[in-house]
Amino acid sequence: MAFDSFSAFVVMGGHGPYVWTCYGVFFLLVALIAWLSIRDRRQVVRSQQREQAMVSSGQADTARRARAGGGFQRIPTTQNESISKS
Amino acid sequence: MWQFFHKLGSPKWFYGIAGRFMPWLLGFGLLLALAGIVWGLAFAPRDYLQGNSYRIIFIHVPTAFLAQSVYMMMAVAGVITLVWKMKLADVFVRAAAPVGAILTVLALFTGAVWGKPTWGTWWIWDARLTSMLILLFLYLGIIGLAHAYSDEKTAARAVAVLAVVGVVNIPIIKYSVEWWNTLHQPATFKLTEKPTMVPEMWVPLLLAVLGTYLLFGWAALYRMQTEVLRRERRTRWVKELIAAGGGSQLKSRGA
Repeated sequence: MAFDSFSAFVVMGGHGPYVWTCYGVFFLLVALIAWLSIRDRRQVVRSQQREQAMVSSGQADTARRARAGGGFQRIPTTQNESISKS
Repeated sequence: MWQFFHKLGSPKWFYGIAGRFMPWLLGFGLLLALAGIVWGLAFAPRDYLQGNSYRIIFIHVPTAFLAQSVYMMMAVAGVITLVWKMKLADVFVRAAAPVGAILTVLALFTGAVWGKPTWGTWWIWDARLTSMLILLFLYLGIIGLAHAYSDEKTAARAVAVLAVVGVVNIPIIKYSVEWWNTLHQPATFKLTEKPTMVPEMWVPLLLAVLGTYLLFGWAALYRMQTEVLRRERRTRWVKELIAAGGGSQLKSRGA
């Protein structure tokens, strides 16, 4: 140990504020890099999971409809009306 | 060699191999960096001239070294992008640029705080300081440019050109303390000479430098993996990886 006591270590012969500010900011910004990187990874994975869940539920939906209605649906149109008018 | 080159073009292969290296990089990086920092802060002897303020060196020099090395790596990756159009090189540049920018901010900040008790000023337009500030602007330019194009290939080319052109700043930073002998002290470490410091000072500094390099390796691989996942999200292997519950391999921080 280069210092006689813990308080001498903190004060650092008057240079404590400079030294500790530097180390504080260093650890803060290193943590910021780690946090940003992990957040990016989570965002990519989550958005893909959501997309996959939507795709698979969409597929299940179409399949259910196909079984129930034979895949066809009656769609009302205005064609008959226009014929009767003319 | 060519087979290796070909494999590097495969994102899936890269994803797996990166995952195998990352735990080692993180573990040894943390070990070396923390050992160097604790040793430097509490056990290294006091500097006879500067007193205890010199203890800032144990983070100032690693971040400043790394900020320049990362830029040089990005320039090499830029050449690879332009000549061989290898996508992973562009993935590296995108992954590394924000880390390099933060490292440059750290080098500038710790330098300013160290300058106050040592030179009596936070900032001066000294050649070393000014060229480091330019390095920060280059990093910010690359980050901005990478987001300025919606087309991936155009963006990759533009970013690569800026990374390659900007590398001219690196020798200016390196030799600034010799060409313009102003306020910043000359290099602490040189590859060709023995250090002028006592071993009790330069050994912890070396540990801190090596540790931060390894930690950068971890961060770069982790961020590259994320970018690969994003770009390859339509492929079967990424879909399977994510369908497997976003499993431990995805969430793991490399450990």
